[in-house]
This record gives sequence, structure tokens and C-alpha cells, in this order.
Amino acid sequence: MLFTSYGFIIFVAVLLAAYYLLPKRIQWIVLLAASYFFYSFSGIENFAFIIATTLSCFFVARAMEKRKEKEDNYVALNKESMDKEARKAYRAREKKKRFNILLLGLIFNFGILAVLKYTAFALGNMNSLLGLFGVSKMSIPSLLLPMGISFFIFQSTGYLIDVYRGKTYAEKNVARLALFVSFFPQLAQGPISRHADLAPQLYEHHSFSFKNLKFGIQRILWGYFKKLVIADRILVAMKSMLGDTQTYTGAYAALLIILYSIEIYADFTGGIDITIGIAEAMGIKVTENFKHPFSSSSTKEYWNRWHITMGSWFTDYIFYPLSVTKPMMKLSKSCRKRLGNVIGKRVPVYLATAVTWFLTGLWHGAAWNFIVWGMLNCLVILVSQELEPLYRRFREKFPRLTASYGYHCFAATRTFLLMGLIRSLDCYANVGLTFRMWGSMLTTFNWGRMLGGEIFELGLDIKDYVIIAVAVIIVAVVAKLSEKKDLREWLYGKTALSWTLSGAMLLLILIFGAYGIGYDASQFIYTQF
Amino acid sequence: MEKLLKILEELHPDVDFTTNEELIDEGILDSLDIVTLVTEINAEFDVTIPAEEIIPENFNSAKALMALITKLDEE
Repeated sequence: MLFTSYGFIIFVAVLLAAYYLLPKRIQWIVLLAASYFFYSFSGIENFAFIIATTLSCFFVARAMEKRKEKEDNYVALNKESMDKEARKAYRAREKKKRFNILLLGLIFNFGILAVLKYTAFALGNMNSLLGLFGVSKMSIPSLLLPMGISFFIFQSTGYLIDVYRGKTYAEKNVARLALFVSFFPQLAQGPISRHADLAPQLYEHHSFSFKNLKFGIQRILWGYFKKLVIADRILVAMKSMLGDTQTYTGAYAALLIILYSIEIYADFTGGIDITIGIAEAMGIKVTENFKHPFSSSSTKEYWNRWHITMGSWFTDYIFYPLSVTKPMMKLSKSCRKRLGNVIGKRVPVYLATAVTWFLTGLWHGAAWNFIVWGMLNCLVILVSQELEPLYRRFREKFPRLTASYGYHCFAATRTFLLMGLIRSLDCYANVGLTFRMWGSMLTTFNWGRMLGGEIFELGLDIKDYVIIAVAVIIVAVVAKLSEKKDLREWLYGKTALSWTLSGAMLLLILIFGAYGIGYDASQFIYTQF
Repeated sequence: MEKLLKILEELHPDVDFTTNEELIDEGILDSLDIVTLVTEINAEFDVTIPAEEIIPENFNSAKALMALITKLDEE
């Protein structure tokens, strides 16, 4: 069921009515039923996977918590007879046992993801390799990829790790955990929530609040505005350019980079706005996933503002644990001895960053273009890190210039274009083709032809470009204003203005939204990941 | 504490680590800095900071970080 379908809007309206009209103690059950109902539209067979993840995480988390309780009881009972060393050794042994249980849960869940998402990619690469030696190729099975599997498996494994680390509790009711895993607004494209933040809100009783409902609807409208007026309109031109990459080179590659950056921003943040808005209408606060990423002055800052929950997942569960492993520390020490301090201290950072970005690329898709995308991000971040002393000296030498608004705009534009360039790997979906397109921007000078009229042959006329430009300006102004204050809170007391703006937003979506004849109702881009 | 301050100042010479108590919240230390710090601490103090201890409360100030090192050393 698409977020942009009429069926979905009716489904949410019915759910909200049931959520507030039925007794509060069954609100979470209503939500679970609604989540499973929503998920059933992606295919009944997909339930096998979401249920396997739920059950495995339930039993693994319970087993870890039971062991921890046993450990604490044992230590408490033997407080007198155990000295500090014995207690430390006992706790270390128990921790190792809990870690082994955790490992089982992680292997099982990532195993599901690996088989479904990466088998075809792995076999395809092996076939290419075997082909070099003239060995016959293996057949590649076509496996279904259940909707949102990358998201719900990451959220569930995050829960397991948090239980292991003692940052959250193990659910005692499997149905409650099922709701945390399948909470429908964020099932398709995130955000990837933490159990400690989301779960208690899912199970607590929520009284009807007009403010929550109003704020939720406003946020949903804002999401539809970005998705239908901007993203889906741009999609028409994107399809034209990607459909004929022989013709649309040079200036068109530059246009595609800019348009795709705007499209994916409007599409992904629009979807997240709808997710957060639906949850908000039910009194549930879902973690924000974006913080005005296009105002970032550097790549590092950009990644702290874009898809925040995925970034923090990789940082907390991959980057940090990997960086502080004993082998990594040993490697660092050995490199310090042999190659000196400067290189030695960089080894864990570089290695862990490279592995993290490799996996981030792979998470987005089982294809080389995503891996190259991840490694290029890694390269840019590490080069920026190395150049930081130079930047610092520049800032010290020109303090007024670097503190000026103009310089910030320059830095933000540079980051926007650099990220857009790397991101084009995602839409061309082929490493060789993407590099050829980058090259064509330097060798094919067709800007005159494109801007002279051919730009209107991509499926969008001048009216469409004006609508996109005005909508982008509205989004940019709202983003700028909301950096300083919560606009909905500010509007809340101003009833007439608030209703006028909400009504105007609805009208803008109805009049200028890209739906109906000539447009395909498109799925959100991130649901494919 | 002096050894720790020296490590921190090498990372960001322009920050006063004796007074700042919002190193993470203000975005002064990022994830790359933290791993560099953990590696340096391991080399200088022979203390391994486990991943679960890498939380803002432990890295927001030099004082908090020193308390963590002392705690881990005593364990």
C-alpha cells in the first residue's frame, strides 16, 4: 500500500478513529493489527521473515536478560566469599556467554538479510570471476526481497545489542516486541528507531489531543507537498534522462545531479514527514531523521544531518565496536612501533571508517555502484579530516571571511554539489556509466542547446520548472525559519493563520501535486533499500 | 589529567578542554575524534574503552573522560 494512495489515507483515518475510540489499554493491539494489515499488502509470504525476526529477537533478548539476572543474583549472594578478581573473572565469563547468545541472534537475522539481498550479487560476481577461467556459470536464483527488511532487521538487531549492553530491557511479551519491529509508519523507509526511545511510547496509553492531531496532519501535509509537488514532478525528467544516457550527457549530467539531489531530498524527507506526522497524531514521537542537510558546510556535517538514524546505527553498532576491538588496538600499537605515532594512531580510524562505509554502501543495495558510493564518501571524509589543520589555519588567517554568510553559502554549495556528484552513482546504477557521465561534463559542451529549449523536452514544461523552483524556495525558507523556532508551535496560537496555511498547503498539493494522468504513482525511493 | 589534556589539545588546539563540558553536545568531538582518542588512551594509559562506554556522558568533558579512565583502570 503506497503512502501516496487514497487507500492509505483512508486506512490512516480509520486507524486514528479506532485508536482513540477504543479503550486505551488495547491501543497498542490496534496499532499492531494495523501494522500487520499494512504489511500484508506487500505480500502475505513476507510475514515469514518479519515473524522470524520478531521471534528470534524475542528469545535471544530474553535469554540474555535471564543470564544477566542470574549473574547479578550470583554475585549478590556470594558477595562475601568472592574477592574483586574472582568477581571480575566471573563477570567476564558471563559476559562472554551473553555475547555468544547475542551473536546467534545477529547471525540469524543478518543471515536472512544476506541470503535474500546479497545472494544474487555474490553469485553474479562469482560467475564473472569463473568466466575468466572458462568455468561454467552457476544459476542465479531470483529471491523476493520483503518490504522494509533492511529497516526492520537493523532496528531489531539494534534492540538486541542494546539489551546486551544494558541500555534497554528485554520485552516479556512477544506481541509487544512484534509491534516495535513492525510499527507501520516507519516500516517501509525508517527512521531506524532505538527500542528505549520508541517502545515505551508504543505501549503507553494516549488520550486524544487536538494539538497532536493538528501537528500530525500539518506534518503529513508537508510531507505530501515535498513528495507530490517536487519529487514526483522531477521524477518525470529523471526518467527521460536515465532512459537515454547516450543523448543526455554533458550539461544533462550536471542537471541530473542537481535534480536528483532535490528529488531524493524531497522524496525521503517527505516520506519521513508523513511517518513522523502519523505517529505524532497518535501521540508518539519518532526520532527525527534529517536536520537541514543541504545547509552543511562539510561532508562530515552533512552525514550528521542526513539519514541520521542510519548513520548513528552504523556508528554505534559497527564503527565504535570495530575500532575498539582488541585486534584493532594491537594493530594500532604495532603500527605505532613500526611506522611511528602519526600513522599508528590513524590505522584504527581509517580501517573502521572504510569498513563502516563499505557496509553502508552495501546496506543501500547489493551492487557495485553502492559500494563505490560508500567508498567515495569514506575517501572524502578521510581527506577532509587530514586537511582539517589546513582549514583551521585558513580560518585563523581569515576569520571575518570564514565567519561570513557568503562563505557559508559557498561551503554549503560545494558540499551539495560534491554529495550530488557521488550520489549520481545511485541513479545511474552503473559505475562505468557514472564515471563516463562525470567525464562528459568536462568534454561535452551542450549547455547552450539544453538551456536554449531542449530542457523542455524532458517531459517537463516551463510551468513545471517554475512550480519546482517555487516549491524548493518554500521548502528552503521553511527550513531556514525552523532552524530558529518550532514553526508549528509558533503558529498554534494563531488559529486563523494556521488554518489558512494548512488549507493553502492542501490546495497546493491538490492543484500542483504530480499525480493522475501523465504521472505514475511512484513508491518512495528509500523503500527499495 | 595532564596527559589526557595533551591528547585532547593535539586533536583540537583551539578548544579549552579544562572548562568545556559539552564536547559531544556541541559537536566539537565527532566519531573520528572519539576513535582517535580511544586509541591514544589505550596507548598512553593502557586502558581499553569498550564500545558500550562510548556515550556522550563519558566524552562531554575531560573530567568525565578521566573519571571513565580511572573507573576502567580500577576494574
